[in-house]
Formats: sequence, structure tokens, C-alpha cells
Amino acid sequence: MAHAHESNTKRIWIVFGILSFITIVEVYLGIIKPAALHLQGMGTSWLNWIFIILTLAKAYGIAWVFMHLEGEKKWLRRSIVWSAVFLISYLVTLFLFEGGYIFDTLSPLVKW
Amino acid sequence: MEANIAVPTDKKDIWNGGGGKPFGASYGKMMMWYFILSDALTFSGFLAAYGLTRFKFIDTWPIADEVFTHVPFVHGDFPMIYVAIMTFILIFSSVTMVLAVDAGHQMKKNKVAWYMFATIIGGIIFVGSQAWEWNTFIKGSYGAVKTTEGKLLQFVKDGKQIALADFVIGNRTDGRVQHTKKNGLWFEEEGTIANYSVAQVIQAYNANPEIQVRTELIDLDKKQKTILSREAGSVMLARTDRVVEGANLDENEYGNTIFADAFFFITGFHGFHVVSGIAINIIIFFNVILGTYEKRGHYEMVEKVGLYWHFVDLVWVFVFTFFYLV
Repeated sequence: MAHAHESNTKRIWIVFGILSFITIVEVYLGIIKPAALHLQGMGTSWLNWIFIILTLAKAYGIAWVFMHLEGEKKWLRRSIVWSAVFLISYLVTLFLFEGGYIFDTLSPLVKW
Repeated sequence: MEANIAVPTDKKDIWNGGGGKPFGASYGKMMMWYFILSDALTFSGFLAAYGLTRFKFIDTWPIADEVFTHVPFVHGDFPMIYVAIMTFILIFSSVTMVLAVDAGHQMKKNKVAWYMFATIIGGIIFVGSQAWEWNTFIKGSYGAVKTTEGKLLQFVKDGKQIALADFVIGNRTDGRVQHTKKNGLWFEEEGTIANYSVAQVIQAYNANPEIQVRTELIDLDKKQKTILSREAGSVMLARTDRVVEGANLDENEYGNTIFADAFFFITGFHGFHVVSGIAINIIIFFNVILGTYEKRGHYEMVEKVGLYWHFVDLVWVFVFTFFYLV
């Protein structure tokens, strides 16, 4: 591949800048916890949604640029990403539903 | 190309000692990717189990930024700052790793070696930070009491948590000593006992009218732990039977015991990955210096350990979010 021997240094530093910026935003929001985002939301708080989306953005940056998935053959990339994405979504969905169900069942039995 | 033939006839898509390259990837690189995939599923299993447990105790789960508030060499309350610094260190070591891979593509041996070295140093700093974090977590900073049915009670003054040592006076008074093999049954041991007895804590509570009891229950309107009135606090305290200081696999002064278990398990498993990543990086670093890859004509090994190292960083990004932020 043609890009294999040219230097990508500049791009690497740009991605590092983006990842750092996202982390700073996350930590800042995590510390101040703005009430409008923290106390309201859909399913979970808006703040949690922001955290999850930013995390996925970071994961994309690391996998695509640092791990160089963008330069791999399409089906190697898909065999990795699709397997992970589908299996993990399935697992997490089931587990979280189950956790919520256990809470609904057991928490009325605990008196505070 | 006859893709549906099980035994290839033209030797084009078999790995005969490294010649064939399905998907345009070498055997080693592809298998590193599939190892990473399976490892990613393992970590997702842990984090999903953490999620299940947290949902199960959603109304009493510890609030992470009240637990991780310390920074080495600095006194005071700095929620999440240190974890954020650790995240930076790991991301930065990922950058030096990818720069090493980049230098490898250009066959610049010295550059590869220096970037690998920086990566290893970053990894060591991260593991050291993690060890410090564990130490702080295990020692605990406030102390709490536990009721007979396992509910944890913490103490607050003006809405801020205070340590037992700040209001309980003197040393343990009930004469209780740690059970060791020497002074008791030779086949039984006991962990370190708390600095104070329950009776002492209750006495100190009664003597300080400005101190209140905080329970694990989260007030959903404010997303903060519930603080009891003085009277309700007395009622709860009457039901306590032990003092908890710090955290281990059995007890946890921050709240649910299983929170501590998950903390040790998930960050421990991740830390183990970092340690093995450092070990592999060191091996490859020496190979670079010895000129192994220069002779081989390519630096693909650096690329492969790079994949593993980035994966460790990738996992931390998720651990950071789901353990410390959400």
C-alpha cells in the first residue's frame, strides 16, 4: 500500500489532540455535573449519554487511526468490528435488562 | 477466485510458513487482531457484569467521584483528577507507540527504539499509579459503621463526609485485640481490627450534635446519598455491630462490598494486561536495539505489539467511563 511508507506523524498528533480534548471535556463534566444534564435524561441521564457517546468516539479514534483499522482490508476490519459490536451489544442489553429486573424484584424487600 | 473451496489448490490462501496473506494481513497480525477481539469480549463480560450488579443496586451504588478523590502528594478533595491524569498517561504512551510503528515503516531504528522506550516508561508510570490508587482505596480515608443487616453508615458534618478519626477521641477502648495464631487458636487468623469500637463511635456521635449519619440510599431527585436526621441516625446506629475501615473483598467503607470486588477485579485484570504489555514491549525494545528487525527487513513485530498496547488503552477508555464517570 502506498501510504505504508509515508509518515503520518502530523495526523497522529491531531488525533492525540482530539482524544485529549474529549477526555478533558469528560472530566470537566464529571466534576461539575451540570444539574440540567445530570438530573434529567432518557433512560439514563443526559450526562451519561454524553459520556457514552464521547467514549465511543475515543474508541473509534484509537481503533481506526492508532490501530490502523482504516488501512486494513474491508473484510478483515468487518470481521473484527462487526463481531465485537454485535456480540457486545447483545450481551450488554441482556445483562442490563436483567439487572433492572432484579432491582425491581428485590429492592421493595429492602427497608431503608 | 473459488472462495468456496475448502482446500485451496493454488496455495494462494493458505498460511504455509507465512507466505499466504488472506485479507492482506500476515498470520501474526491477523491472529493478534483475533486475540484482541476475544480479549475485548472478556472485558465486555466483566463490564457488563458490573453493569448488571450496578443496576441491581441502582438505588444504593457508591458515587464514584466521592470514592476516588485523592491525588498523590497533595492534600484535599480532588474528585477524578488523578484518574484523568492516568488516562492521559496511557493515551500518551499509545501515541509514542504509534510513532514507533510509524518510524518502523521508515526503517529508522533509533527512532523506533526511543519511542518504544517512552512507551515502556509511560506504561510503568500507569501501573505505578494504579498501585497507588489501589493502596489508597484499600486503606480507606473515612471509615464507616455497618448494621447487622449489612447496611453501611457514613458520617457527615455540614453535608461533607468526615472521618471517624476526626470526631472519635482516643484509641480503641474496649480492650479488643487482634486475634493471631500466637494469642488464640493456632489454625485461625484475623485481619486487622478497626481502630475504634462501635460503642465508642456511638458515644462520639451522641457527644457531637453537628454530626449526622449518611446512608447508602440515593435520593433520586438530587442524586446524592440520603443524610438522616439526628434522631433517625441514632436509631440506625443502634443497629450497628462493626466498624469498617478501608476496603477489601469482604468489606468496603465506600458502600456495597461488590463495588470493591468489581474495582479490584476489573482494574486488576486491566493492570495485569498493562504489565504483560510492558513485558512484551521490553522484549521487542531489545530486539529493535539488537537490530533483529533491521535484518528482517521490516518492523512488523513493533506493529503487532503496538496493536496489543493500543488495545490496553482502548479498554482503559471504557473502564474510565463505566467505572469512574457514569
